[in-house]
Amino acid sequence: MCLSVPGQVVEILEDAPLARRARVDFGGTLRETNLALAPEAGVGDWVLVHAGIAIGCIDAEQAERALAQFREIRALEDGPPEPAP
Amino acid sequence: MKHLDEYRDPGLARACARRIARIATRPWAIMEICGGQTHAIMRFGIDALLPAGIELLHGPGCPVCVTPVEMIDSAIAIAFQPDVILASFGDMLRVPGSGEDLLSARARGAQVRVVLSPLDALPLARANPERQVVFFAVGFETTAPATALAVAQAAREGLANFSMLCAHVRVPPAIEAILEAPGNRVQGFLAAGHVCTVMGYTEYEPLAARHRVPIVVTGFEPLDILHGTLACVEQLEAGRAQVENCYARAVRREGNPAARELIGEVFDIVPRRWRGMGEIAASGFALRDRYARFDARRRFTAAAPVPAQPSECLSGLVLRGAKKPHECPAFGTRCTPERPLGATMVSSEGACAAYYRYRRPVAIAP
Ligand code: SF4
Repeated sequence: MCLSVPGQVVEILEDAPLARRARVDFGGTLRETNLALAPEAGVGDWVLVHAGIAIGCIDAEQAERALAQFREIRALEDGPPEPAP
Repeated sequence: MKHLDEYRDPGLARACARRIARIATRPWAIMEICGGQTHAIMRFGIDALLPAGIELLHGPGCPVCVTPVEMIDSAIAIAFQPDVILASFGDMLRVPGSGEDLLSARARGAQVRVVLSPLDALPLARANPERQVVFFAVGFETTAPATALAVAQAAREGLANFSMLCAHVRVPPAIEAILEAPGNRVQGFLAAGHVCTVMGYTEYEPLAARHRVPIVVTGFEPLDILHGTLACVEQLEAGRAQVENCYARAVRREGNPAARELIGEVFDIVPRRWRGMGEIAASGFALRDRYARFDARRRFTAAAPVPAQPSECLSGLVLRGAKKPHECPAFGTRCTPERPLGATMVSSEGACAAYYRYRRPVAIAP
């Protein structure tokens, strides 16, 4: 029910308050989405969409930081990868 | 898909689980609040990946499941009024009321439509000016902005034939109710990431401090859930009880200011009854007086009696993490997703349905 799907803003269709609308790409499927509550999101940005509206933006830098942390955990838990011969 | 697939890497997930196993020196019981997380835990087998001592308890975070019976009955009563169209999310159609569900009401002639967004109810109202369109609004803080936006748009347009039956609920008071329940076993919480995308997490800070319980903001993919669990176990092992954000790509401390402002503009905080948990103070959103003309409760006086829960169903205990679904004698036999006895079997995010779908052979083995 609280599931939200990440999508990338392709085109801003209208920029009116309450009705800021954009075309958003969800893994190849384009859907019109209300961006009224993501006023800072522009073309190329990733938004989290729930029940037809963007509820927030995805911070790419934070995403990268979290993934780097997971890779660090793997390196520590599994040891370094086998060196190439 | 970007921002999803990276967080499903099995190698990274196993490493994360090994880290948890290495640092855990004793058993801990951690509750994930959100039904979406429960679903992911079952689907990806995350609980099986965790060391035996780390138990995930499933929380009340399925808004469909906790919508009280009388609210379903009111929705059905409204849908049977002449010249009314009742719109809601598809999940709501099969939630049992005291007599029937919305799906069977529709089969008996009630006008019930499924929409994907509250905003989709507005064109329905514009296209049917001779009818009343009522949106049956359920959801946590994640869904509240979409509902609030629909009301704000209707107000701006002066849409006279649109209203809303509002069953919205708030997460922090439910956490408090679980912590204060006698016999509570929950030692740490994974807070629902998308609720926090909207609201931020300042509301959880006094809760964590007062109850000495770590609350970790957690996302929905397997790595997110393991990351949140790891942070929670680290805190528990160190004797810390703080709010920590393990979903920083989607959550900031102050949440989404535009969404919070709109929610505050449209909704008041009110007490609300939860199915299986009783009334919880300050746990609901209701339309403010200035939006009273959009309130279906005031437009239709369809009062319904408060019925008793079916006696066999343990969903109240399941919602509080006090029982696991397969401990219910009806699970998988008299109660299935096709013929649910309780709401936690209806919604795909209900704990009983998640166990039935992904865990049935194990769960019902003697
Ligand atoms: S299995 Fe069915 S009857 Fe048992 S607690 Fe779950 S919903 Fe209720």
